[in-house]
Amino acid sequence: MSEAQVSQAVSGTESVHKQPNYGAIFWALFILTVCEIIVANLHFAKPIIVVTLVFLAIVKASLVALFYMHLKFEKYVIYIIALFPLFLAVILTVLVLFDKAPHLAA
Amino acid sequence: MKQDSHIGRLGIDTRKLGMWIFLASEIMFFTGLIGSYIVLRFANLNTWPVPSTVLNIPLTAVNTFILICSSATLVLGLASIQRGYREGLHVGLFLTVLLGAIFLSVQVHEYRNLIEDGFTISHSIFGSCFFTLTGFHGAHVFAGVVWLTVVLIRSFLGYFTPEEYAGVEIVGLYWHFVDLVWIILFTILYLI
Repeated sequence: MSEAQVSQAVSGTESVHKQPNYGAIFWALFILTVCEIIVANLHFAKPIIVVTLVFLAIVKASLVALFYMHLKFEKYVIYIIALFPLFLAVILTVLVLFDKAPHLAA
Repeated sequence: MKQDSHIGRLGIDTRKLGMWIFLASEIMFFTGLIGSYIVLRFANLNTWPVPSTVLNIPLTAVNTFILICSSATLVLGLASIQRGYREGLHVGLFLTVLLGAIFLSVQVHEYRNLIEDGFTISHSIFGSCFFTLTGFHGAHVFAGVVWLTVVLIRSFLGYFTPEEYAGVEIVGLYWHFVDLVWIILFTILYLI
């Protein structure tokens, strides 16, 4: 195994040299958190507020997973390990939601 | 010990693979808690309070920002040791431990205020959900702070080099996951 291949295998990432702009990610997370607070205090219809807040939370969580946890640069095996329980989590949450709030399914 | 001695047949560091499998189980653990929260909330819609009438949203928003800062300092510490800048790793780890401890302190302060106001784990179903979800998350943060402190001590002892930094990377995965979970909990418990 060449030195470059060992280096890549050691980190388990596609490239150890790719480093995201962590500062930009940090400010994006900060701005999105401020947006969440603002949205939570808006006097819009509750479903609009809830959907917007969930969307903002998913964007923030994705930024953390993709860039801080380096998921964006990982091998497919790590993707499968991370995404499979996430897939089950989404199924569980959505089914529970529709079971407990039938008006959402209508 | 060199990192390449830990490479498994999948071409991935086995320690890192182990952490990701652990995190997969943690995803299901917190999903179970959040699923229970949804069931209980929809079963008690009429009595469920508006979170902002019970909880201190501005304080927790600041605490959320503190946890996000701690993730940033940790990832910058990791980037520093990857470039061979050990002092950067020390500063990054120290700030992460400090910010994690501040997060926990603010949470304890919040708990104390809520309990003084009569909002306890047995006060209502919302109280049970709130203290269970934030309590389990807080326990994870506490474990993370202890683990980060050990890694900080090891970094001062010179265990990490540009060739061997898996210890920092793996605690980082755990810490960022704890941050990620808080992002979700903050939204569903405090804002919605």
